[in-house]
Amino acid sequence: MADLRELYQEVILEHSKTPRNFRELKPANRKAEGYNPLCGDHFTVFLDVEDSNGKEGRIRDIAFQGSGCAISKASASMMTQSLKGKSRAEAEKLFDTFHKLVTGQLPANGNQAELGKLSVFAGVSEFPMRVKCATLAWHTLRAALERQPEPATTEE
Amino acid sequence: MNAVPNTYPLIESSAKLGDYDVFKIREDFPILGQKVHGKPLVYLDNAATTQKPRTVIDALTHYYTTENANIHRGVHALSELATESYERARRKIQRFIHAPDPSQVIFVRGTTEGINLVAQTYGRTHIQSGDEIIISMLEHHSNIVPWQILSEQVGARLRVIPINDSGELLLDEFEKLLGPKTKIVGIAHVSNALGTILPLRKIIEMAHRRNVPVVVDGAQAAPHVPIDVQALDCDFYAFSAHKMYGPTGIGALYGKRELLDAMPPYHGGGDMISSVTFEKTLYNKLPYKFEAGTPDISGVIGFGAAVDYVTATGLDRIAAHEEELLAYATQALSAIPELRLIGTAKSKAAVVSFVLDSIHAHDVGTVLDQEGIAIRTGHHCAQPLMNRFGVEATARASFALYNTREEVDALVQGIQKVREVFA
Repeated sequence: MADLRELYQEVILEHSKTPRNFRELKPANRKAEGYNPLCGDHFTVFLDVEDSNGKEGRIRDIAFQGSGCAISKASASMMTQSLKGKSRAEAEKLFDTFHKLVTGQLPANGNQAELGKLSVFAGVSEFPMRVKCATLAWHTLRAALERQPEPATTEE
Repeated sequence: MNAVPNTYPLIESSAKLGDYDVFKIREDFPILGQKVHGKPLVYLDNAATTQKPRTVIDALTHYYTTENANIHRGVHALSELATESYERARRKIQRFIHAPDPSQVIFVRGTTEGINLVAQTYGRTHIQSGDEIIISMLEHHSNIVPWQILSEQVGARLRVIPINDSGELLLDEFEKLLGPKTKIVGIAHVSNALGTILPLRKIIEMAHRRNVPVVVDGAQAAPHVPIDVQALDCDFYAFSAHKMYGPTGIGALYGKRELLDAMPPYHGGGDMISSVTFEKTLYNKLPYKFEAGTPDISGVIGFGAAVDYVTATGLDRIAAHEEELLAYATQALSAIPELRLIGTAKSKAAVVSFVLDSIHAHDVGTVLDQEGIAIRTGHHCAQPLMNRFGVEATARASFALYNTREEVDALVQGIQKVREVFA
């Protein structure tokens, strides 16, 4: 049986109660809205990305606003902490690894150093209904990086 | 409850209420005996769909084992048997909702298809640019979106009857909305998200005073409230089998004869025609005009078995049992700190929708699931209503004829567990 404590790790509960970078970012040169129609979770991710001579640089700052369940909020909070100073390619790669983590596609005892604190979300893989909660902020991030005008959704 | 009589009184004597043996009734539902995550299943998501009694499951098996054939076509014995079972079920449903004639009971996939049928046939022929369609703040998306689609198609305008903080319809506001442009009213009998029972008779009277027909979304009412379409004088009434212990994918639409007769068909195909040439097709009579293609024959037969089950158990006894559970649950949940009930109408079906301070409904649902307790969390396909109460989502427990006080206790304990996890 899946253990609730595996899902609701202390770190996750703490971030859901006191989310980091939980504000509107000004100035922000990338922004996207994410929405999970299943449960009504709704986030906006703001990015300030270095742009010089038409060339995209690193993420200078990142923040988010919105509302959602403990998993989606903690995931958004910890995502913002992980991405400061990263390039778009690095952010995409981290999302890819994170996605594998929460869908149980990483080797059981594989040491994924790049995930760092994000590895507390491993328990989500035992709760398939909650994968969308854990990835909503990340989908929104991707939309913001791609500067998609429409709200991102978790429906794939 | 295994013996289902062929004929039965419409209302059971209330003197029998004392006999209501919920534990015996539970034995009729095979699924209720199972464990979920190692805990006994506590199924409190009945407003989403109800579990099925053995008589319904057996009716499906019996049909496929002994009668399966296409209806209204073959001259052979099996086709005759299947047709007879199918039409017998239609008569059962006619009696259940007190429709004057079986031909006014049209089989559809469910409430949603019933409402879409009315919007696209009656609506497309009677509603024009500048006209108004009235619905309420309490509606399920299935009684909002078909009218929005129609509004876009013909250039009509959707008006919405507001509600008060208890989740009750504001009839004065409805009166103000009704006007010369109003061409149809779409209204729920019972709110799926809050459980509010709407004053349907009064609403219909008010609309009819201005010659405006009323379409009723009866999805949540059918398993809890006696339905008498003639006493209500509603123009259309749609409901689903699976919310009243029947199979999924089948429902019925009742309509007044003169309206149904004048309506164009919804889908074209077999069984809905009386003759076809490439120049012209003559449509079949009611109800077949609206039943194109081979229908869900086994579903209809299962629907009939569900009506038998509910009728034999007695709607008044079911209502009394559920009312008692609602009172018990409302009291128990109200005592939980930081719990807010959403929807406290005076007239309510056995639904409790609630939010916990600072704990998202989705998290509540996951913790309860680990305790074997199935509830619905989310917006309940009623996003405008959630906005009205300033919440994104609620947790909803909805009760059925087989739920017990012990299950309410389990829910209360489960919520305490939620509070511990998120303390």
